[in-house]
Amino acid sequence: MSYNKRNDGRAFDELRPMDAKVGIIKNALGSAMFRIGKTVALAAVYGPSELFPKFLQKKEEGLLRCTYNMMAFSGSGTRVKPGPSRRSREIELVTRNALESVLDLSECPRAVINVNIELIQTDAGTRCAGICAASMALADAGFKMKDLVAAVSAGLVGDKIVLDLDYSEESFEEGAVDIPMAFMPRTGKIALLQLDGEITKEQLREAIKLAKKGCKQICEVQRQALKEKYKTEE
Amino acid sequence: MITKSYTLKLAKKGERVDGRKFTEYRKPIKIEYGISAKSAEGSARVTIGNTEVVAGVKMNVESPFPDMPDEGTLVVNAELRPIASKNFENGPPGIDSIELSRIVDRGIRESGALDFKKLCIVSKEKVWVLFVDIYPLNADGNLFDASALAAMAALKDAKFPKFDGEAVDYSQHEDHLELEKVPLACTVFKIGESFIIDPTDEEELNTDARLTIAITEEGKICAMQKGGTAELSEDDINSMVEIAVEKVKELRKYL
Repeated sequence: MSYNKRNDGRAFDELRPMDAKVGIIKNALGSAMFRIGKTVALAAVYGPSELFPKFLQKKEEGLLRCTYNMMAFSGSGTRVKPGPSRRSREIELVTRNALESVLDLSECPRAVINVNIELIQTDAGTRCAGICAASMALADAGFKMKDLVAAVSAGLVGDKIVLDLDYSEESFEEGAVDIPMAFMPRTGKIALLQLDGEITKEQLREAIKLAKKGCKQICEVQRQALKEKYKTEE
Repeated sequence: MITKSYTLKLAKKGERVDGRKFTEYRKPIKIEYGISAKSAEGSARVTIGNTEVVAGVKMNVESPFPDMPDEGTLVVNAELRPIASKNFENGPPGIDSIELSRIVDRGIRESGALDFKKLCIVSKEKVWVLFVDIYPLNADGNLFDASALAAMAALKDAKFPKFDGEAVDYSQHEDHLELEKVPLACTVFKIGESFIIDPTDEEELNTDARLTIAITEEGKICAMQKGGTAELSEDDINSMVEIAVEKVKELRKYL
């Protein structure tokens, strides 16, 4: 049951190397790329635009719509069948919830804002990378936000609590618990939490602390990327 | 919004909205290989001006079709995902993405770019199935040429995953996929009496007809598709083919 050394040599509380860029899709109002390890997520924001059919319109605020898609060639192993799956639909739901918690949609009543996420290459942690990219894309688009959202998974691999599981850890033979979490870095509040596997209360507490710490570092990368686009020449 | 009458007026003077010549591709044209090297057997990103398309190749081992027991197969699929344009909707593939994937598919298949017999592992039992999946990331016109180029670039980048006769090990790759031919496509658009290539999205909306022509390195035509509702004369077709044969040579330098 013991997992003494991580497959890629990281410390147990260490994130994979990250990379972020804002403004990568010219057609979009806002867009971003977020890479963590070998997982690469792209997000683009379109809208606000008039929502049809009209009965879906909300009088007091705008509607946020999210799409999440793994490109057919982006999986580990055989081709991912294109088209929506129960998994991708659920990820769209939890992504929307996580992003809505920081957005003030009262500025665009009756409108729709579309956040579209695509995964080009994956090595686990795709929903978290997608949320990181989407949150940057929304900031790039200029929406009023309470905070950024940073997301990462923590969990149990063998007997160790680890941060930012890659695919080899998620599929660890003797068992792994994956807990994707999203935080609002400023308040430390949680905007996404899911868990698969079996874990004790104490271990869960430790994993949440670890993810929270990780999200602070992720947020720095997100902020830096946003600043990079909007810096003015001296 | 650029109107049709304005585009036509410019065309009559020999001009285009962005100042390009009629048969001039946008700059830059870029190809980046291995953009999904961890996941895909081959991958590439193609940029033509503001149009950006990624393509990836996956290889599965499957049973052959009963009527072609010693041949592998090719599946080309394009999806117009909403990340690339406000005009693309989430949902099942529409006719535009189906046409796009079929045009790219025919160029590759009919040129003989792949020797399907070489994709056979065990006759009647196991063959390689090649999936080429194409995704525009930023759709700003001329997705046909960009997608055909991206598909060929991804195939050029592709390596077989390790197969021991039982299971495929996608973490290890061996030999490069052999390409017998390298077909590329150039689409020539007709607006009024003029022919243009590589329109931006706005320009493309104002064109009357188009002809996509896939051409091998020997200059042979291997697939064509007329689009749009305007009719074309024999002379039109001849002129369009002349343009495409020349322009494909230019695209080929980037591959």
